[in-house]
Amino acid sequence: MINKKVANVQDALHGVKDGMTFMLGGFGLCGIPENAIKELVQLGVKNITCISNNAGVDDFGLGLLLQKKQIKKMISSYVGENDEFERQMLSGELDVELTPQGTLAEKCRAAQAGFPAFYTPAGFGTEVAEDKETREFNGKMYVLEHAYKADFSFVKAWKGDEAGNLIFKGTARNFNPCMCGAATITVAEVEELVPAGQLDPNEIHVPGIFVQRIFQGEKFEKRIEQLTVRTKNNA
Amino acid sequence: MLDKNGIAKRIAQEVKDGFYVNLGIGIPTLVANFVRDDISVEFQSENGVLGMGPFPFDGEEDADIINAGKQTITTLPGASFFDSATSFAMIRGQHVDLTILGAMEVAENGDIANWKIPGKMVKGMGGAMDLVASAENIIVAMMHTNKAGQSKLLKNCSLPLTGVGCVTKIVTNMAVLEIKDNAFHLLERAPGVTVDDIKSATEGKLIVSGEIAEMKI
Repeated sequence: MINKKVANVQDALHGVKDGMTFMLGGFGLCGIPENAIKELVQLGVKNITCISNNAGVDDFGLGLLLQKKQIKKMISSYVGENDEFERQMLSGELDVELTPQGTLAEKCRAAQAGFPAFYTPAGFGTEVAEDKETREFNGKMYVLEHAYKADFSFVKAWKGDEAGNLIFKGTARNFNPCMCGAATITVAEVEELVPAGQLDPNEIHVPGIFVQRIFQGEKFEKRIEQLTVRTKNNA
Repeated sequence: MLDKNGIAKRIAQEVKDGFYVNLGIGIPTLVANFVRDDISVEFQSENGVLGMGPFPFDGEEDADIINAGKQTITTLPGASFFDSATSFAMIRGQHVDLTILGAMEVAENGDIANWKIPGKMVKGMGGAMDLVASAENIIVAMMHTNKAGQSKLLKNCSLPLTGVGCVTKIVTNMAVLEIKDNAFHLLERAPGVTVDDIKSATEGKLIVSGEIAEMKI
């Protein structure tokens, strides 16, 4: 067994520097690497580029890094729900690259899987395809999209073992598996870290080969963005 | 004239047994409430769930189980979770049978605009561009006119496009229309709405052939 366990979030983020590009898992506030984000705030790294489907809310998730003006550029598919984001974007302090969600996922997966680029129909004929190579296959038009390059991937899983194997829960899986192995160093934080051998190999979602460092997250707030419920009376 | 629930109810009739369906935010979300319960349908949400159920009971919500609108949800028997690349493989690979989404504008050639208004805060396209570029069967749910009373069924879209030549069917508060041969073809009219009402509310080329039946909802 190759041991990927590190003692804490500080060790997990060793080597993080100003100007780097990070991938961060999560959809909205679901399945985000809360502990890594907090540590990035602590470290105060600046001029970073973040590849993440969303940009958090004002006081949670990537919103915490925006508050401290640590982010130079955001690459996302949807960035609503965040006033500080809007302010920095409109003032020109923050560079924003909007990418179709499926393309964003695939640009991560391509980096993980060793594809330099791929063709997708998404965005053909729109401003997303401007200045990009297009090509026809079987009578349909496609846009050439390139794999991302990143220094660190920060992902969050439900369970993990010391070998770096990961298991996710519910829709907290989202972009996390696509980002594993898509950067030079992948850092996984988990709710429950167990010794190797305790997770069933049949149940592993992401094999440890895609993960360089794994640590037990100290705290997971798991904030709900849109609480929607029904009452038993009118069910 | 239909309200939002009426539009959803009419679209629900387009959902057939054995369909995997992706519902957008807004009126499309309401469609799930009106699908016949004697057919088997699974709802996909692009953040990574197939077999979405209703909202959870108060106190039973799980922060790890949400839909693409970031709302807490439940799952039904047969449901599955997956990552975002797999989710869009279902969409791009045309394994999802029907996509229902809202729009700001639709053009007579099937172009759709629903993500950006120049001069206003741009929130992003989310999964809309992947959905419209890939799906073979797209139904747009929207009001026939905007708040200023202007037609949303146009000769050409004026807003930045989400996709080109992709919309095949539109259900509005006034009518059901099909797009083919660069024109809106009127199929049905809403209760209390005349063909002339629809003509005057449609800027793009409208084809009316024969008697137009009233929607049954």
